[in-house]
Amino acid sequence: MIELRQVSKRFGDLVVLDGVDFEVRTGETVALLGQSGVGKSVLLKHINGLIRPDSGEVYVDGLNVNRLRRKELAKLRARIGYVFQAGALFDSMTVYENIKLGITDDAAQSDEDYCRERVARCLELVNLPPEVASKYPAELSGGMRKRVGIARAIAGQPTYLLWDEPTSGLDPVNADIIDSLVEKLDDELGVTSVVVTHDVRGAFRVADRIALLKDGRIRAMGTPEELRNSTDPAVQQFLERDLTEPVTH
Amino acid sequence: MAERHSVTLDVRRLVGRYSLHATSHVGRVAYLLLEMVRALPEWRVWVPRAFEQAQAVGYGSLFIVGLTAGFAGAVTSLQTGYQFTGSIPVYFAGGVIVESIILELGPVLTALILAGRIGARYAAELGTMRVTEQIDALESLGRSAISHLVLPRVLAGTLMLPVLVIFADLVGITAGWLAAKGSLEMTNADFVYGAQYFFKPWDLWYSMIKSFFFGLAITVVPCYVGLSTAQGAEGVGRSTTAAVVSASVLILFLDAALAKVLLQ
Repeated sequence: MIELRQVSKRFGDLVVLDGVDFEVRTGETVALLGQSGVGKSVLLKHINGLIRPDSGEVYVDGLNVNRLRRKELAKLRARIGYVFQAGALFDSMTVYENIKLGITDDAAQSDEDYCRERVARCLELVNLPPEVASKYPAELSGGMRKRVGIARAIAGQPTYLLWDEPTSGLDPVNADIIDSLVEKLDDELGVTSVVVTHDVRGAFRVADRIALLKDGRIRAMGTPEELRNSTDPAVQQFLERDLTEPVTH
Repeated sequence: MAERHSVTLDVRRLVGRYSLHATSHVGRVAYLLLEMVRALPEWRVWVPRAFEQAQAVGYGSLFIVGLTAGFAGAVTSLQTGYQFTGSIPVYFAGGVIVESIILELGPVLTALILAGRIGARYAAELGTMRVTEQIDALESLGRSAISHLVLPRVLAGTLMLPVLVIFADLVGITAGWLAAKGSLEMTNADFVYGAQYFFKPWDLWYSMIKSFFFGLAITVVPCYVGLSTAQGAEGVGRSTTAAVVSASVLILFLDAALAKVLLQ
């Protein structure tokens, strides 16, 4: 379970998070919606301690993320897969080396046979052919890079997956493929997921619950149906645009 | 009157702001050093990477270091000849050339060259990794950016610089010797006599101690600047420039400070 209690964060004079309360129950997929620049990625990075709050507390599996020692935090992070917006692949390494680095168990990582098998399995899960393993990130398309990023995030068999804008910058066909992957991995791996996105349609497709971040706070949170029926004008204004547009793919 | 008062306040505010800024940088660099010490037990991670970096720093810099030291040695020899011929015994030139190279030119020129070559590279590499979230990615996998990226670079640079300085000293002295023979009508015996007459073993230690501190300056500062990079490609450019300038200034400052502390 992930829990943020009264989390606030500012960068200089800019208040990004202003007392956020947010909860993700074990096994569910929560989509975090909000306009670009509203602080969704900042909130996501609080969950695995990449960003520390100015005030408030973040709990994962009952552990206070910001009070953990270095080694304890590293152990916790090994259980949390993080899919970065632009892939964040290590460009000096091959796809194989990138995914291998995602195997967070050091003993397993030194077993080359296990690594080869695990990397092949991860590539298969994200629908990439095994030949991709020997390529460098610069040789891949944007969609493939995203999928390698996902493969790296799941290589360590995490119990949580944090998705930072998994479909941004992709064409509708590739965005649809990634949405299918989010659904498939959540089902097959049984992970607890937080999906940060501004793609309303994708969020309604993959999420058990949806939260809307606005003005540094969670403005609304509920099942897709509850949000669809919300009378909050801010929620309706945000949902209206995407859900009333015709499907293009 | 009021205008003068406001100018004074502005100056005070400016000094205050810069002092705070400088203090915060010093504090963060100290914290980075502490983190490096804490990462030392993770030797399985940093040892192989330090070897890779050491090869890039050492072998990769041989040509430019040798070229610079060679020209510096030859020019020192020619200028010594120009200044002293006829006024002092010719063997003095041997001592001046060797001591200038060991005490000052070898360490300082090598460090300044490497501040450009290695410092810029480290700041650009780490800066690019920061803005493309590769460092966040590494940390999100439970891996330490310090033991994977910073410690190998700092150790490689700090340990390779003294080696490169020894190489620079040898090339510089050889070039100086050849130039002296060609233009000062100095015999080999004169050169060796002069060099031995002025040489003290402490000079070599001094040169190595200086190189060690310069090595820290050209690795820690660029790594710190690289890790603090923000705002995309422009930020990486700014970091690279800042890293080279800061490391070079620090080398000159350390040069003066170490001369005062160790030679007096």
